[in-house]
Amino acid sequence: MPSNDSKQNFAALRSKILAQNGKEYWRSVEEFVDAPEFEEFVKQEYPEHAEVWDNSLSRRNFVKVMGASLALAGLSGCVYQPPEKIVPYVSQPENMLPGKPLFFATTFTLGGQAMGLLGKSYDGRPIKVEGNPDHPNSRGATDVRAQASLLDMYDPDRAKEITYRGHPRTWQIFSNEVRSALEQNRVDGGAGVRFLTQTVTSPTLVDQFRRLGTELPRAKWIQYEPVNNDNAMAGARMAFGSPVQTVYHIDRAEKILSLDADIFSSFNVGYINDYAKGRQYSEEKKQINRLYTVESKMSLTGAKADHRLAVKPSQVAEVARAIAVALGVPGATSTYAENAQWITAMARDLQASRGRSVVIAGDTASPTVHALAHAMNAALGNVGQTVSYIDPLSPNADRTQVEQLRELIAEIDAGIVKMLVILGGNPVYDTPADLKLSFDRIRDKVPLRIYLGTHQNETSEICHWHIPEKHYLEAWGDARAYDGTVSLMQPLISPIYDSHSIYEVVQLFFRENFDMRDYDIVKGFWQTQNFAMAGNPGTGAQPAAQTQPQQQAATAQGGNPQPAAAAAPSPNPQGDITQAGGSTMANATPARPGAGTAVTGNNFEDRWRSVVHLGLIPGTAGTPRTMSVNTAFLTQPQPAPQTAAGPLEINILPDPSVYDGRFNNNGWLQELPKPLTKVTWENIAYISPRTAERLGLNQDRKYNPYSGGPEGTSFINTRGGNLHSDLVTLTYQGESIKKQVPVWILPGQPDDVITIFMGYGRWRSGKVGENLGYNAFDVMRSDAMNHGVGDIRAIGEQVNVASTQTHFNMENRDLLRRVDVEQFNANPNMGHQEDFYDKSMYPYQQHQEVYNNNHKWAMTIDINNCVGCNACVVACQAENNIPVVGKEQIERSREMHWLRIDAYYKGTDINNPEGPAFQPILCQQCEQAPCEVVCPVHATVHSADGLNDMVYNRCVGTRYCSNNCPYKVRRFNFFLYQDWETPQFKLMRNPEVTVRSRGVMEKCTFCVQRIAAARIESQKDGRAVQDGEVVTACQAACPTNVFSFGDWHDQNSQIAKAKKDPRNYVLLNELNTQPRVTYMAGLKNQNKEMPDYNPTQWGGKTGEQHNAEAQPGIRGEESH
Amino acid sequence: MHRRLVPPMVEGDHTFATVTDKISDVTLKKRTPFGWFIGFGISFMVAQLLLFTVVWLLINGIGIWGNNHPVMWAFDIINFVWWIGIGHAGTLISAILLLLNQKWRTSINRFAEAMTLFAVACAAMFPLLHTGRPWLAAYWLFPYPNTMGIWPQFRSPLIWDVFAVSTYATVSALFWYVGLIPDFATLRDRAKNKAFKFVYAILSWGWRGSARHWHRYELAYLILAGLSTPLVLSVHSIVSFDFAVSQLPGWHATIFPPYFVAGAIFAGFAMVLILCIPLRHWYNMKDFITDTHLVNMGKVMLATGLIVVYGYAMEGFFGWYSAAEYEWFMIHNRVWTGPYWWAYWLLLLCNGLSIQLLWFKRFRESEFWLFLISVVVSIGMWLERFVIIVTSLNRDFLPSSWAMYSPRVFDWTMFIGTIGFFFTLLFLFVRFVPIISIFEVRTLLPQANVHGHQQDFEENVNEVEYTYDRTDPPNPEPAK
Repeated sequence: MPSNDSKQNFAALRSKILAQNGKEYWRSVEEFVDAPEFEEFVKQEYPEHAEVWDNSLSRRNFVKVMGASLALAGLSGCVYQPPEKIVPYVSQPENMLPGKPLFFATTFTLGGQAMGLLGKSYDGRPIKVEGNPDHPNSRGATDVRAQASLLDMYDPDRAKEITYRGHPRTWQIFSNEVRSALEQNRVDGGAGVRFLTQTVTSPTLVDQFRRLGTELPRAKWIQYEPVNNDNAMAGARMAFGSPVQTVYHIDRAEKILSLDADIFSSFNVGYINDYAKGRQYSEEKKQINRLYTVESKMSLTGAKADHRLAVKPSQVAEVARAIAVALGVPGATSTYAENAQWITAMARDLQASRGRSVVIAGDTASPTVHALAHAMNAALGNVGQTVSYIDPLSPNADRTQVEQLRELIAEIDAGIVKMLVILGGNPVYDTPADLKLSFDRIRDKVPLRIYLGTHQNETSEICHWHIPEKHYLEAWGDARAYDGTVSLMQPLISPIYDSHSIYEVVQLFFRENFDMRDYDIVKGFWQTQNFAMAGNPGTGAQPAAQTQPQQQAATAQGGNPQPAAAAAPSPNPQGDITQAGGSTMANATPARPGAGTAVTGNNFEDRWRSVVHLGLIPGTAGTPRTMSVNTAFLTQPQPAPQTAAGPLEINILPDPSVYDGRFNNNGWLQELPKPLTKVTWENIAYISPRTAERLGLNQDRKYNPYSGGPEGTSFINTRGGNLHSDLVTLTYQGESIKKQVPVWILPGQPDDVITIFMGYGRWRSGKVGENLGYNAFDVMRSDAMNHGVGDIRAIGEQVNVASTQTHFNMENRDLLRRVDVEQFNANPNMGHQEDFYDKSMYPYQQHQEVYNNNHKWAMTIDINNCVGCNACVVACQAENNIPVVGKEQIERSREMHWLRIDAYYKGTDINNPEGPAFQPILCQQCEQAPCEVVCPVHATVHSADGLNDMVYNRCVGTRYCSNNCPYKVRRFNFFLYQDWETPQFKLMRNPEVTVRSRGVMEKCTFCVQRIAAARIESQKDGRAVQDGEVVTACQAACPTNVFSFGDWHDQNSQIAKAKKDPRNYVLLNELNTQPRVTYMAGLKNQNKEMPDYNPTQWGGKTGEQHNAEAQPGIRGEESH
Repeated sequence: MHRRLVPPMVEGDHTFATVTDKISDVTLKKRTPFGWFIGFGISFMVAQLLLFTVVWLLINGIGIWGNNHPVMWAFDIINFVWWIGIGHAGTLISAILLLLNQKWRTSINRFAEAMTLFAVACAAMFPLLHTGRPWLAAYWLFPYPNTMGIWPQFRSPLIWDVFAVSTYATVSALFWYVGLIPDFATLRDRAKNKAFKFVYAILSWGWRGSARHWHRYELAYLILAGLSTPLVLSVHSIVSFDFAVSQLPGWHATIFPPYFVAGAIFAGFAMVLILCIPLRHWYNMKDFITDTHLVNMGKVMLATGLIVVYGYAMEGFFGWYSAAEYEWFMIHNRVWTGPYWWAYWLLLLCNGLSIQLLWFKRFRESEFWLFLISVVVSIGMWLERFVIIVTSLNRDFLPSSWAMYSPRVFDWTMFIGTIGFFFTLLFLFVRFVPIISIFEVRTLLPQANVHGHQQDFEENVNEVEYTYDRTDPPNPEPAK
């Protein structure tokens, strides 16, 4: 029997391969395919393929083989998990229940900084990341890049095998060759060996390099990435004489001054969360913080600021000096005369909150500004209160990264470097133009170049060896959070491809024990550290708020998102690692009899397991240092501003989505609308309306020819203006960007300042991101990393820019409300809306009865807290298998995001607008849904618990529902947008959410799969679903608690409380759709003394003030 | 024969035999004119665009069109409503004018009905093909009994559409066919070609012209006319509900049903004129489709066009009078501040201004002007649907979602393809079916008016002549 034969053959084949590699039945596709048995097997199984079988790994073949390998791997029992013991975060009686997700704590890093995450794993496949509630830089929330990093792991364009000059090799060969090359370098102490990494905060890696330094004393380790904290470190050296990491406690600050600091776009979820805590408004807490911003661009922080001053980049330092003078910083002098009233009034306000204010300087601000900020914080008595200083997170902070890079380039040019090991990053792409690590530069100078990176990119192209790097969800590791807390990375899946982590590669350079797995390296390092000790003391004034605030915060706010199914045990608030570990370990590892006894045991294994379980090592936050400001820097001469290179000032920022280009091949991030402009798939250059008019850019169709609405300006018109952007040649510091740059008129941008973005113009990245946009690194200079001078010149051509929102004016409608907090306090009922629910001609009471007998799921969205960071949008995309449609489809207005963030400016003067303010819009789950009655086939129907459900199977795609939806939240699959073929994406998808096909309407359903999961859990326990048990994906990701979700019937719930809040209002209330989603008006906390004080409210109809007896939210109770 | 006795509905010296000869010869005897082959060829080629587009559409999805978010409906529904509107004139002429005893309907009803059928065929394609998954929509929208117990949603106007349009198509087809039976019999009797004879024999269902046949025929025809009459009003009312039932400013208007029906008749008559003016030339049918017919149709166009203009005025008035912010914005946006303002003004020009010429006899009597105005009105009625659908959708409640719509290549090929399809069917109709009802035209001859009916007829004729043909030279003495 042939079938029997093939079965036996297959069994033999499998056992053979398993025997070869231990549990790793295949490490590389090449290895797998090379096995003669495999070829034989294929020939027998698929004789028609035998002739054409081609061993070269063309892409087509790769996909075939991938399919086969995955199928074969599946046969051996769905084992994707790494062989080492990893510890699930949740308390599960058994580690794995098929169909039940598990959560594992891990860590995502960006710029060296750690963000603690919980990876959600289905049957060994990570499908979503959530924030780690215990982590200081997450607190249960995430940012866009952490959410989208999941897609990076499954990226089919990832490097899949070790290559030498493009030819596949094995780890063994690589290891032999690199070690023999190293032996030659050992003779001179490694004088020719250079390691180039990105910013490193990992204690293990730092220790590896330290130890390597003893073996190779003359080898050097360089850290470089284009977005760094050089200026902060240099500023700290100016002010204190030594570099320190500044840690802000924004939650304790009443007044915040940002000096070109974009708090909300940066990676720091912890700070955003702190800001939101201070901003939170409730009946009990009517004092909210006030945010002043001085900035040289338009940023999210500026959009959110209560008072904003837009100046040129070169003026930021001058303004900072003037503020320092006004604050009475000893020794400060200023010649800056503009905006005097703004500065004095603001300074007076800061002084009124001594010790409860904070001055924050941005990473792009010059060192002087940082030093001034330190001096101001000292003068305001903020140090120790809202500001503390800890040791720098990464070593070698005495020298800036640019200096280190400059030295490396000099050494390369001098021919000193014999062996360049680039560990991560993409320096060929992202080094400044004058220090470009280009092929021409190193071709003849560096004889051996090794690159560790996830993708085949610009850098891998010019290196001999390319080692695929493990994604963080596949690797062990550690890193520090902004406050120094050590966070641990554990893999959720064994590496999809033949990849290695940075620890493993560095380990190769040791004389002994060179072939170690990252697990052994990281664990081995921590074995040498007595980290349990760290947990006991060290909890001074500062870590008290830093390392254990989550529990208080979580309870106070009704549970900052814990993943629904995770019921994660809370760590011990004492921060005692053994205690915390013991209590959770008992649940996590029932196989250990008497795990409780481990509490007393001080053995390493127990502690290790508990910290891996927790995802961080408690008590490792940096100890506050006492620093004293030396104001000598104030008298140092200022470098004269360069003006020769051009009439305009230009600043270079990391892209809000793809950052410095490392996420360039990530479709979710490419398609994510940039927060301020809603542009997707490319980078543009911001220009102020006045400058654009002066230079005649984007003027052929003016931005307000057909404005509509009484306010007379549309800011950016539907057709014309920005959508057909003029292309310009942009010159920066004397050099021009190779590609033409589309300009985008952005109200709020300072005049005569152009802002450009990194991250695009990649010439070797992948199918998604290649050749999109322009490359800012063409012109970036090592002496002008963040801003400089230049010029733009129109070339007379236009290009279409894909933006998901084209009209940024509310047209005086009552959509997004933002009111002055004082006025609101004086008259809390100012926003009262009449409830028309009994005005319907339809028998609404019958519906009400059904709703009363079921859960009443509802949501409120607090505009006051929303900073527009977009984390919810990507979280929704990841959770709900939302496809990416591409630039062309976005241009045709067919984006698929279920959740979008609307941005609206306010004001009639385009040159001096307020805002924009942000309003997340998702399906409003109307009780009287207009979409439902018009669907001819019952494809969208109401559930008893009030959800507006989509029956994808039933939908025939008449699209009437979308036409009748006043909120325009429905999305249609005009084409087959989902990728049904790529096997990687099949692994990535959330198995609980339908993958939609062509011709079907889709939309938000309040994460109905999470509601169902919670309902099943509660029914098993025979109880009701508790408040906070269902957490929607957007809510979980949000760093600022914008979303409240729950059962409206539950009178003690957070949602019921929010619905009673007088700020609560219904969007388009007059349509009487009775949405379950309501909004809470945003607040502006303006200073009356400021010259730009403007208390007129946004949205809402002024003068329509009621002494309402009933609030819109109370209706639910009345009808009980 | 004296001129005096020639009714204006049939001109020239005609007897029963000559009428029959003239009309049936087009189908049976005359060589197919060369022009027919050219016209049919072009139409058929253009119709291939439709075939190609539909195939491409089924392969790729409706993303090949320009529809977007928020303009989820565009050319698909515009064309649907446009064709359905055109399809109204036929039934109106056949049924309502029959019931109102308007004799002048007789010579144009046949091809007007045919036009209706073909227009409905074009229209019916769109609701099905515009769905995302037509292979399911094709039967899920019908209330067929299934084991799942799932029914369509009867609250949705799209379901009402399904019933309205399918009923209309069925009744119109029956009405047309029943009216054709006596003529098919005539053709059968006169056909020399065996194949033709056979086919016409089948189609004429054994009609022998007995009194009983005629009796049954009259009854059936009257019943179908009675059935069709409400349909004329209901179909476009229901199509207008597709819009009026929604809550979108610009759609949500109580005036829509009458306004749509008037618009449909308006558009339908325009299309009848577009078709019959060349037809009477090419086939030399001026005897049967007389200037009187054209004039009457011009009058109907003027009347219905004025109702439509009144509808435009009322939309604006309601927008203001409602004091609803979004309604008033919609009017602003449509008329002045929106990006599609030109479409609205073009529409007023086409539908409002152009028909004012019809007040004047000179234009009403001129074939050229009638044809031109009819073409302009057809364009205007298409624009009206564009304005209603696209300008309402492209800017609604939340400015963040506003977006522009512009058609793509496949929108145009689909639209133009349906026009080709329409004319292909018409050319086939002209070739194989008597384009004018033979037996009904015969009833218009004075010989038909026996048993004292002559008197009625003459009164009628006098009246018509009095009201209309005042420029004619005085008639000679009546022959008695």
